[in-house]
Amino acid sequence: MNIHEYQAKEILRKFGVAVPKGRVAFTSEEARAIAEELGGKVVIKAQIHAGGRGKAGGIKLANSPEEAERLAGELIGKTLVTHQTGPQGKVVRKVLVEEQMDIERELYLGIVLDRSRSQLVVMASTEGGVEIEKVAAETPEKILKEYVDPGVGFMPFQARRLAFGLGLSGDQFKNAVKFMTGLYRAYVESDASLAEINPLVVTRDGRVLALDAKINLDDNSLFRHPDLVEMRDIHEEEPLEVEASKYHLNYIKLDGEVGCMVNGAGLAMATMDIIKLAGSEPANFLDVGGAASAETVENGFRILLADKNVKAVLINIFGGIVRCDRVAKGVIEAAKKVQIDVPVVIRLQGTNAEEAAELLNRSELKFTVARDLKDAAEKVVAAVKES
Amino acid sequence: MSILVDETTRLVVQGITGSEGSFHTRQMMEYGTQVVAGVTPGKGGQKFDGKVPVFNTVAEAVRNEGANTSVIFVPPAFAADAIMEAADAGIRLVVCITEGIPVLDMVKVRHYLRSRPTRLIGPNCPGVISPGKAKVGIMPGFIHTPGTIGVVSRSGTLTYEAVHQLTELGLGQSTCIGIGGDPIIGTTFVDALALFQKDEGTEAVVLIGEIGGTAEEEAAEFVKANVSKPVVAFVAGRTAPPGRRMGHAGAIISGGKGTAAEKMKALREAGIHVVESPAQIGQTVKSVLGR
Repeated sequence: MNIHEYQAKEILRKFGVAVPKGRVAFTSEEARAIAEELGGKVVIKAQIHAGGRGKAGGIKLANSPEEAERLAGELIGKTLVTHQTGPQGKVVRKVLVEEQMDIERELYLGIVLDRSRSQLVVMASTEGGVEIEKVAAETPEKILKEYVDPGVGFMPFQARRLAFGLGLSGDQFKNAVKFMTGLYRAYVESDASLAEINPLVVTRDGRVLALDAKINLDDNSLFRHPDLVEMRDIHEEEPLEVEASKYHLNYIKLDGEVGCMVNGAGLAMATMDIIKLAGSEPANFLDVGGAASAETVENGFRILLADKNVKAVLINIFGGIVRCDRVAKGVIEAAKKVQIDVPVVIRLQGTNAEEAAELLNRSELKFTVARDLKDAAEKVVAAVKES
Repeated sequence: MSILVDETTRLVVQGITGSEGSFHTRQMMEYGTQVVAGVTPGKGGQKFDGKVPVFNTVAEAVRNEGANTSVIFVPPAFAADAIMEAADAGIRLVVCITEGIPVLDMVKVRHYLRSRPTRLIGPNCPGVISPGKAKVGIMPGFIHTPGTIGVVSRSGTLTYEAVHQLTELGLGQSTCIGIGGDPIIGTTFVDALALFQKDEGTEAVVLIGEIGGTAEEEAAEFVKANVSKPVVAFVAGRTAPPGRRMGHAGAIISGGKGTAAEKMKALREAGIHVVESPAQIGQTVKSVLGR
């Protein structure tokens, strides 16, 4: 789950990690009030789930509460297009109002999972404020790494090694060590899947703070963090995906024209791939899960067809434990309840596949039954081209 | 021949009295797997379907029934504990079907297993089957047929698709392993490839990867140096958008890394036969073997 910068900073504060003073504002009046509390000179930062806000004009400096009010007013309600939002952009619904910092250096600090080593790794770099992927590609020697032993956690000597490696000394050094150990605790105790402080800033008066903060949470762990679940912002999600999540369907909207409904994530991706190979583009990823009952198929249909770009639908079910004839009955039932006005190609393979094909052929519905994966893809792409 | 599971497998089912656990226990027994025990804490002393003794702990199942392999169906919040309990009891092979285990729980599990001889398959996987010998998992048994092709995959139903293609073409399988779709898994492509390379009953290997992580790249390097048997590979997700989790927790392109294109390139450069279309997996194996 993704959360906003201001929410990430709330988490950090709880673990004693230094962040600039500030609060979130939903209106320009609130922004003005916060700016007054902070002494007038503030930064106004658009809160959306995407990076690249600065370049897109989503971060502004204000020198007075009046200016803060005006700039916040301009940002709230505006659609911001960054390199991460896609061309349609994202609407700004709130801004973070923070004190301005007297920055001496901009650094980078991040914690991620190293999948091949099954360990967390804490990474630091003197190259703050730029994308870490770029640093990793061009000057990998500038990224310092400390792997965390899961038996003991991130140790103080590792934090010291990183802080020395960043060239810090005196108060800056002490504060950086404290910052890193706090960030590690915040990561582990919130069950994060990513924490990125970019930039981590060092001020002239020796402070070390998170100027920006990105935290992603592990979806699998949310059951033990009811407080963090409340940080979900459905305005940041595609409406059809929010709808699908209500039915526990795994749906991701894409830009193509072939809607697909598949059981299993790997087969769903492979189905998208073969649609492209056959000459069209998938409109979505949809994994209806192992069961593929009449109810899930019906909900799946509703969501697929709500996407107006969909010109044809491909249903690809590999019946293993679930029998194909039952899936076919589910499809037939669902089709009676949902208005379907695009061609539908169905491929059912596995247990009782022949009975299923017969059921579909006998039904009044104008479904095209396909033999195998290739045949299914070719038939659905042909249907798109005819429409 | 085969790897990991066969006629000598003596299986204990952790979570045998749950709905998933009981359903699949019956399926596995029907296939011919020797299910010797079940474990559900608090239900020790019962008999599952009047036949299989249920114990409170895995250790008792090992002591009383000689269980050497475990399959786990317990809910995600308790699954990490269940894996470690099985390892502590001396189980040599643990297959964890459970989907949705917290990633940091799996970091601890991997650390725990490092100093122990137990092999973990999964989590979030369909399991392992050696056709005609034993099925430890949730895959449909009837699509498989005994033979000489090893299959290793991060997916469930896509593996069934590949196996189905092989069977239709008369190409049986030695063993099929679903290694799981999570970011942290017990047995990797590399581990499975090493086992298949050593297995005299395996002639060729089908590898089914997907976007996210670097497991396919590591497999490519390993094959280049250590595998003499032909390998046919497919990588799912060339049309997947970056930054989105495609169903599996581990299937995500992040920071521009883990794309299908990169993986296919690495596999191809290692001399692996990479198929573009998921419909061509079986046919490619057949032509590579010259049949």
